[in-house]
Amino acid sequence: MTIDAWVAAAIADAERRGLPELRPLIEALAQATRALRAADLPGHEPVPGGK
Amino acid sequence: MSRPLTIDAFGRGLREGKFSAAEITSDVLKQIDRENPRLNAFILVMGEAARRQAAELDRELASGRDRGPLHGVPISVKDLFDVAGTPTTAASRVREGHMAAADAEVIGRAREAGAIIVGKTNLHEFAFGTTNDESAFGPARNPHDSARSPGGSSGGSAASVAAGMALGTIGSDTGGSIRIPAAACGIVGLKPTYGEVSLTGAVPLSRSLDHAGPLASTVRDTWLLYQVLAGRHASPPDTVGLKLRVLGGYFCDLLDDEVRQRFEEAIDRLRASGAAIDDKLIEHASLITPAYMHISFGDAAAYHAKTIEAVPHLYTPPVRQRIELARYVLAEDYVRAQEVREALRREVDAALEGCQALMLPTLPIPAPVIGQPSVEIGGAKHPVRALMLRLTQLFNLTGHPAISLPCGTTSTGLPCGLQLVGKIGATDALVAVAAEVERQLS
Repeated sequence: MTIDAWVAAAIADAERRGLPELRPLIEALAQATRALRAADLPGHEPVPGGK
Repeated sequence: MSRPLTIDAFGRGLREGKFSAAEITSDVLKQIDRENPRLNAFILVMGEAARRQAAELDRELASGRDRGPLHGVPISVKDLFDVAGTPTTAASRVREGHMAAADAEVIGRAREAGAIIVGKTNLHEFAFGTTNDESAFGPARNPHDSARSPGGSSGGSAASVAAGMALGTIGSDTGGSIRIPAAACGIVGLKPTYGEVSLTGAVPLSRSLDHAGPLASTVRDTWLLYQVLAGRHASPPDTVGLKLRVLGGYFCDLLDDEVRQRFEEAIDRLRASGAAIDDKLIEHASLITPAYMHISFGDAAAYHAKTIEAVPHLYTPPVRQRIELARYVLAEDYVRAQEVREALRREVDAALEGCQALMLPTLPIPAPVIGQPSVEIGGAKHPVRALMLRLTQLFNLTGHPAISLPCGTTSTGLPCGLQLVGKIGATDALVAVAAEVERQLS
């Protein structure tokens, strides 16, 4: 799942459940998730054949 | 504030017949009567049981049975640990009606060693916060300025020791919850190596990040408590000369001006007394908070899944929001966070090669005002929660032992903390280094 798709789904779910105040928190968590996914760690070369 | 009686001094006075455990316990309970209305450090005071226990321990000592350094010592316990016959509230209405059938393992050890439990202390609800602002029992307050937070989540515990309402206390630390309040209240707090002290009978926040440990007035007192809680019987190791390493970059980028001054003054004083001090960066420090968020959130979401569905209204609104947010963490990102955690553990291990301990401030800011959402540093506003976790959470991810000790005060008298980090499995050696640093700075 892409982060943009996950953020959209999470915000929609929070609003459906009557928790619109979660929106800025979800966006902040998404920033942290982006940093994790972009991490340049040893041994994290792309899987052969992957895009 | 006057300096409270230490566990070490209590032990000497008790055995020299200068006072009894019953007298000191009575003094501590009177101090609770005086100070707790102002500080809200205790959720439950166990006065009658404490007086009875103290009298029994005095009789034991008179008859020749000496249980050791904690014999007759009045301590408090974070209300996250089970104490048989009392509710474990975790400072939450969610836990209403709970009654502990048995002592948590650390409580059993403390009792067996002769410690007297005077009460259970306030905390940030379910330990899910760094200020103690959100508690079903209202916020605990800082003894140095009651308008300010004592830090969290073991805020009531730290306040109880700093205000002389206990000689030591048992806390827990998932992202800094022993070290943060120790720094904010001007006392010592030790997070041992991960897994050294049992959490059986404690309400979890994140089972892979949670640590139990002691807080007390001095490094020596903290070590005495740690020995009992960990079931150890070691002699304090000697330290000859100090070889320390300051963590730079991320760890010094965002500090309140006075916190930075006190930290730099401590470095200067240690160097002047012969310590060898160099510095080092942690390459992936920018990933500490992302990794910590995903792991602690994932773990907390799993633990709270049933109750957040059944009784969401019983949580304080900010803690409920945090748990609801935590439920959106994806499994793939949780796994990535675990991979980052391993990389960080290797980097901290490497940073410790060739020195006794890493050194950094404990808190980037002095104790914040209760309810304050953000703090300005260098012209920019930063969320209080993120700032307070910034320098401690790494060592919950990696499991290295870490200790906070006092490092001077701001111009308004608020304590600053200095943090030392040791090698995994070498908590005793870290405490020995901390004792030497404490001696040099006092």
